[in-house]
Amino acid sequence: MRKMLLAVLSRVLQGPAAAAGRTASRVMVASRNYADFATEATFEIKKCDLHRLEEGPSTTVVMTREEGLHYYKTMQTIRRMELKSDQLYKQKIIRGFCHLYDGQEACCVGLEVAIKPTDHVITAYRAHGFTYARGVPVREILAELTGRKGGCVKGKGGSMHMYTKNFYGGNGIVGAQVPLGAGIALACKYFGKNEVCLTLYGDGAANQGQIFETYNMAALWKLPCIFICENNRYGMGTSVERAAASTDYYKRGDFIPGLRASTTPAFFEGGWKWGDGPILMELQTYRYHGHSMSDPGISYRTREEIQEVRSKSDPITLLKDRMVNNNLASIEELKEIDVAVRKEIEEAAQFATTDPEPPLEELGNHIYSNEPPFEVRGPNQWIRYKSVS
Amino acid sequence: LPRAAPRPCPAAGVSQVTVRDALNQALDEELERDERVFLLGEEVAQYDGAYKISRGLWKKYGDKRVIDTPISEMGFTGIAVGAAMAGLRPVCEFMTFNFSMQAIDQVINSAAKTCYMSAGSIAVPIVFRGPNGASAGVAAQHSQCFAAWYGHCPGLKVVSPWSSEDAKGLLKASVRDDNPVVMLENELLYGVPFEMSEQAQSKDFVVPIGKAKIERQGTHVTLVSHSRPVGHCLEAAAVLAKEGVECEVINLRTIRPMDIETVEASVVKTNHLVTVEGGWPQFGVGAEICARIMEGSAFNYLDAPAVRVTGADVPMPYAKILEDNCLPQVKDIIFAVKKTLNI
Repeated sequence: MRKMLLAVLSRVLQGPAAAAGRTASRVMVASRNYADFATEATFEIKKCDLHRLEEGPSTTVVMTREEGLHYYKTMQTIRRMELKSDQLYKQKIIRGFCHLYDGQEACCVGLEVAIKPTDHVITAYRAHGFTYARGVPVREILAELTGRKGGCVKGKGGSMHMYTKNFYGGNGIVGAQVPLGAGIALACKYFGKNEVCLTLYGDGAANQGQIFETYNMAALWKLPCIFICENNRYGMGTSVERAAASTDYYKRGDFIPGLRASTTPAFFEGGWKWGDGPILMELQTYRYHGHSMSDPGISYRTREEIQEVRSKSDPITLLKDRMVNNNLASIEELKEIDVAVRKEIEEAAQFATTDPEPPLEELGNHIYSNEPPFEVRGPNQWIRYKSVS
Repeated sequence: LPRAAPRPCPAAGVSQVTVRDALNQALDEELERDERVFLLGEEVAQYDGAYKISRGLWKKYGDKRVIDTPISEMGFTGIAVGAAMAGLRPVCEFMTFNFSMQAIDQVINSAAKTCYMSAGSIAVPIVFRGPNGASAGVAAQHSQCFAAWYGHCPGLKVVSPWSSEDAKGLLKASVRDDNPVVMLENELLYGVPFEMSEQAQSKDFVVPIGKAKIERQGTHVTLVSHSRPVGHCLEAAAVLAKEGVECEVINLRTIRPMDIETVEASVVKTNHLVTVEGGWPQFGVGAEICARIMEGSAFNYLDAPAVRVTGADVPMPYAKILEDNCLPQVKDIIFAVKKTLNI
């Protein structure tokens, strides 16, 4: 049995700074030797709300300098990648649906650090952050968004259907990914390799019937399925109060133990282990963009609300402040990371806008797996495409 | 002829085997052959299967390989599809395909389309199976034929067995296929015995998906059908033979990908085509066959328009006299043949 580290998701979740009252002390020095930095710092964080759990994560968390830099760089990369996608969409270089994740970066970064590459992740359509966290390079994500052959799935999937090893998308039908995730967990249990599946859904999907069917079977069969509700307060344009009779999403699994985390570091060790069955975690987060690119995001919420979250609870800003205040990094160092990230995103965007579209022959491919080539009908009986697996 | 005993069956030569036993043998053999194969569905384990198709399998293979699910089609179908994405080879039973409608999003959007959307990186080796179409007196909500609905969708394979050989061979082929396969069985056929050759009873006997079978050679008219109506076609052919009309009866076996070449070759020979199915006429299997024949080389060989025999275009009523007249009967097939041949 292995101990589950629901750690870091926590590390960087946004919310009111736990260290409220501590002012940011900006002591500028001419030059700084990296040996001057602390190797780690300890933080006190807000207790998680618990459901059917005796003990929650520890409220004392330690973060090393390396960890902090890694989280910072990863979140910043996702942030800038999403903002670049916004730009490309407005230039009509990205088409169709585009659901951006900026504001929620802490969730995917924190979760990825808490699991292993051999664990499994499945989420819904707001998936670019997870796609990156699971290992797909920015250029392949952007090229998939722009529908080019260098996209991670050759332009066949688009924004909502990106995949990589142990990452099952990117799913367009609200809630459908939840039973799929439990099925992946069933396979984990079947193969006996101590792997888990993180099965993510939003506050909007949380009212889907198939999720409750899945809770039942996951609990009955003790599947190693970690249900994660990313509650960003709005299902498309409907606020949680208007959609759910109970907005305590961490309790909605009823017989499934749950916890709700909203602030930074929560480190859960020992309370849950592989073999116990499912657990449900609600992450309180926020998206800056509207539901998708066609939603300005201000008809159902105020600009003031968005601005308040940005100024008080931005995960990247909070992390930066924490690191600087605790001598884990300098402002200059973080600025250098910002510059490097911008450069990476620019290069990726350059690739994504210049790479050719997939050849027409690709149209018929991958209908089936492991199948001898066959012909697929086009728009009329004389147009045929070859289909290879 | 003596009925074959359930496996192990050392039959030397031909035996009579019911469709139920043939399916049971197929499941047993595939569970034994590949430990990634497992069966899930309502009542498949301790009840031995609602229609006893999985009789004895839970006793033999246990809880891990044969799983009883709660009544949660959308949930357990999604779970089965997810398990397939992660490397298992589930056989997901719908007690009848009418209930698959509750889960149809998982069959189409999660199973059928994923290989394509992922540019081939995620395979979904799953079989969805169960009884399809009309039974006897189960009324409208329990009698629908889904061949046209599932046959419509790229990414799926759809098979529809008639005989025991079809049932066993196609189920084994479906389990071994790396793609989502919908297998449309027929409840009224489960208890019907068919001859099975020694070869057909062997552990490695598979019927290739995508290939039709000519059940009866003929020269005057081509009858194309799938599932239970294949039997009615053969009965009609026997009656017509006495009047000197020789029907060629084609058992499609697979709805998608459809073996239209076999139908075309037959129409080139007979010059007349009658399709027969249990499902509703509009947008049905017969409609697709007629469209494809028109588009292909066989059109020029037709001496009369192709004709369809189908279920009546109504929800299935309960009273026996009404139900009987909602499905193609032997007399309806004979009538259509004679109309086509103008006799």
